Amino acid sequence: MSTTAPITPAARTLPREHYLNSSYGVRSWLLTTDHKRIGLLYLASITLFFFLGGAFAVMIRIHLLTPQGYLVSPQTYNKLFTMHGIVMIFFFLIPSIPAVLGNFLIPLMIGAKDLAFPRINLLSWYVYNLGALFTLYTIVNGGVDTGWTFYTPFSSMYSNSAVVPAALGIFITGFSSILTGLNFIVTIHTMRAPGLTWFRLPIFVWSHYATSIIMILGTPVIAITLLLVGLERIFHLGFFSPSLGGDPLLFQHLFWFYSHPAVYIMVLPAMGVVSELIPTFARKALFGYRFVAAASLAIAVFGFLVWSHHMFVTGMSVYAALAFSLLSYLVAIPSAIKVFNWTATLYKGSISYQTPMLYALGFIGLFVIGGMTGLFLAALGVDVHVHDTYFVVAHFHYIMVGGAVMGYLGGLHYWWPKISGRMYPETLAKISAIILFVGFNLTFFPQFILGYLGMPRRYHTYPPEFQVLNVMSTAGASVLAVGYLLPMIYLIWSARYGRAAGRNPWPSTGLEWQTDSPPPTENFDKTPVVTWDPYDFHHRPDLDLESAAELPPALPAVRPVGHD
Amino acid sequence: MQSELPLFPERASNFAGNVDALFFFLLLVTIFFSGLITFAILYCFLKFRRKSKNEIGVQIDGPAWLETAWIAIPAAISVLLFAWGATIYVNMRRPPKEPLEIYVIAKQWMWKLQQPDGRREINELHIPVGRDIMLTMASEDVIHDFFVPAFRVKADVVPGRSTAMWFRATRTGRYHFFCAQYCGTNHAVMGGWVTVMSPAEYEAWVSGSYGELSPVAAGEKFFTQLACNTCHTGAPQARGPALKGLYGSTVVLEGGQTVIASDAYLRESILQPRAKIVAGYQPVMPTFQGLVSEEQVLDLIAYIKSLTTAQGGTVTHPPAAPGAAPATAPPEKKTP
Repeated sequence: MSTTAPITPAARTLPREHYLNSSYGVRSWLLTTDHKRIGLLYLASITLFFFLGGAFAVMIRIHLLTPQGYLVSPQTYNKLFTMHGIVMIFFFLIPSIPAVLGNFLIPLMIGAKDLAFPRINLLSWYVYNLGALFTLYTIVNGGVDTGWTFYTPFSSMYSNSAVVPAALGIFITGFSSILTGLNFIVTIHTMRAPGLTWFRLPIFVWSHYATSIIMILGTPVIAITLLLVGLERIFHLGFFSPSLGGDPLLFQHLFWFYSHPAVYIMVLPAMGVVSELIPTFARKALFGYRFVAAASLAIAVFGFLVWSHHMFVTGMSVYAALAFSLLSYLVAIPSAIKVFNWTATLYKGSISYQTPMLYALGFIGLFVIGGMTGLFLAALGVDVHVHDTYFVVAHFHYIMVGGAVMGYLGGLHYWWPKISGRMYPETLAKISAIILFVGFNLTFFPQFILGYLGMPRRYHTYPPEFQVLNVMSTAGASVLAVGYLLPMIYLIWSARYGRAAGRNPWPSTGLEWQTDSPPPTENFDKTPVVTWDPYDFHHRPDLDLESAAELPPALPAVRPVGHD
Repeated sequence: MQSELPLFPERASNFAGNVDALFFFLLLVTIFFSGLITFAILYCFLKFRRKSKNEIGVQIDGPAWLETAWIAIPAAISVLLFAWGATIYVNMRRPPKEPLEIYVIAKQWMWKLQQPDGRREINELHIPVGRDIMLTMASEDVIHDFFVPAFRVKADVVPGRSTAMWFRATRTGRYHFFCAQYCGTNHAVMGGWVTVMSPAEYEAWVSGSYGELSPVAAGEKFFTQLACNTCHTGAPQARGPALKGLYGSTVVLEGGQTVIASDAYLRESILQPRAKIVAGYQPVMPTFQGLVSEEQVLDLIAYIKSLTTAQGGTVTHPPAAPGAAPATAPPEKKTP
């Protein structure tokens, strides 16, 4: 065991030199090849887009306060939900955990100096931003009104909005996903520290491995599909429009071939985060580690076999519908395995209630509801009724916001001490996590009822009998908004004024906690050698459990040295 | 502000009960498993709270039977849910015998619905209670979707092909229908009402008919107008195959394949005649893509169908080898 001596509370100061202060200036950030700095660049970009997408959501919810529509014209409303979807999915959720936390943590977790291709990593951030510029241009240029799904022939022949720039933005951003996925796979294969065998990898790394497979295999399909939409729109080449001899359902097959697995791009990394948080705060090895690791890969593989469950009411072949329904149930099983194993990990643990743990448990709760309502949608007979209603809207928000965003925020809090070197304010963070959980349910639970009642999605106006539930949802959204704003404020505050965290504040067993917080540019003083299994608290005398238990509320007690 | 808080939709079709039954079963499964997980989490939370600062959890190696159980139990429930959902769906997709056929044309942003006797309505549909209703639908522009929440049915209306759905209303009343597939600016107002009437009321409503042509009569008119009858004369040596008795029969194609003459086949043969050439005929028919509207296609198909009915289905279609048809007939697999 190569690592460090226990750190006493008195030693809790920031290291003199680390990746944040090793060099200064705009150039040192924009030309950096340090995976940690690139992670922070991504953090800035996606946070911007998160609040942009959130602003669209706020306008949508205000508009739906009254049946006839409160705020904007029908055309504008259609652009709002389209831009909300595009921004949130392609520019926030897909890059969120992989590009920020994955980028920052994978080399640290496997004891490497950086990713395998540091310059490609930087390139991926620039490619992301180039795509993002097209999206911003689309917004300034009047927006796009096709829905984030770009269904043909509406998008290719009928819409009078900025379809081509919007599609181009997604097309370009796709390449940043592909590059990131490629980088992760090569890194995980080739750069693990001595002794770090596959079954000693944290589940976070497994999840990102599985996610990277989807990114590499799926993203080219959406890219080429959007390219075909552009060609049909500009040059009238007939791919999807029947009036040009094309097939509109071909588009849906191609689109969902990527966009269903994309859901797993969003949720698998969040599952990876939760698989780190629960062992740390239960001080206990993850129950069924190998099953959870295998389930990650199973989800990535099965995820490619279920796309047509988005098309049960298109008039597709009955036999195809039966096959896709059965396969959709298949993908539920690895998800169930994960939930059971996380829950079992708590049994006879030593559980503390810190903020990341609250997020992890919130994730399980919301993911279970999101996953179970997926069973309703996979059941053919029920899907016919709830397809394209608010039931679907509620379902995927439980998975993608309740699941992926809770996981992202949980991970951000958990690794914030590693990223910034300082603790966030614990009490405020706990309150925010609870506000977020309550606000989320208030916003989206009424939408399940709306959906079963038959309110279709993407409606700027609706029959009056749906108003009460819509008002409830909007009221909940205002609570939810507070839950998102608070962490942004106190995390930024704590990056400067928070109490110094020390190397391993929780403490946790991962390699990333063996180095300074924040880590030095080269991550480790010397390459660590791994001789232990993941999450094994029993054989780790180096962990300082005593000092790190339940931390007092963080206040700027000591002004640490080494930062200014 | 509306003060009512509806929690459950009206139930007014033959499918509604089945769909709701499965829905409630799913709800039960959901409540059971989320309750189980929630209980387990809360129990562990209270019971296994960290009691001293340097306490660590008890190491437990998961027994294989436990992992097997929580793979097998969800798998078994999944198969049950799949089979149940599939049963309902297959019934929804299996066309009824002798339905009342309504022709539906969707376009941005309205629905045109036509009764068998030719009576047309915009965004309104009148149907009798207790009778199987079949909607044959086509779109003039983008994808739409006909959705009646009280009946628990919906189906996309896809340009370039005809789609179908059926149901049997079980309660009289007025029910919302919506366009459920996003179709542009006024998607949200592209809806209307289904009025379910008693059979007597329906008869009275229908007989107050307007002087419009029935789809069959209109189809016959277009058949002449478009000069279809110059080739499809019905004579054995005509340039086009005879159409009497065609609908529902097995057609032998160039190259020996066979196809059932369904709505989809007729539609394709009108719009893309060269896609499937009947054995013994030259590919000389011009395409009518862009020359006929969706409504005209439906009318033409209705007319061709009526040719079958008139003959009582006893005429053997020339290209189909007599007697061979039942043996070689594949099961209906191409859904419209």
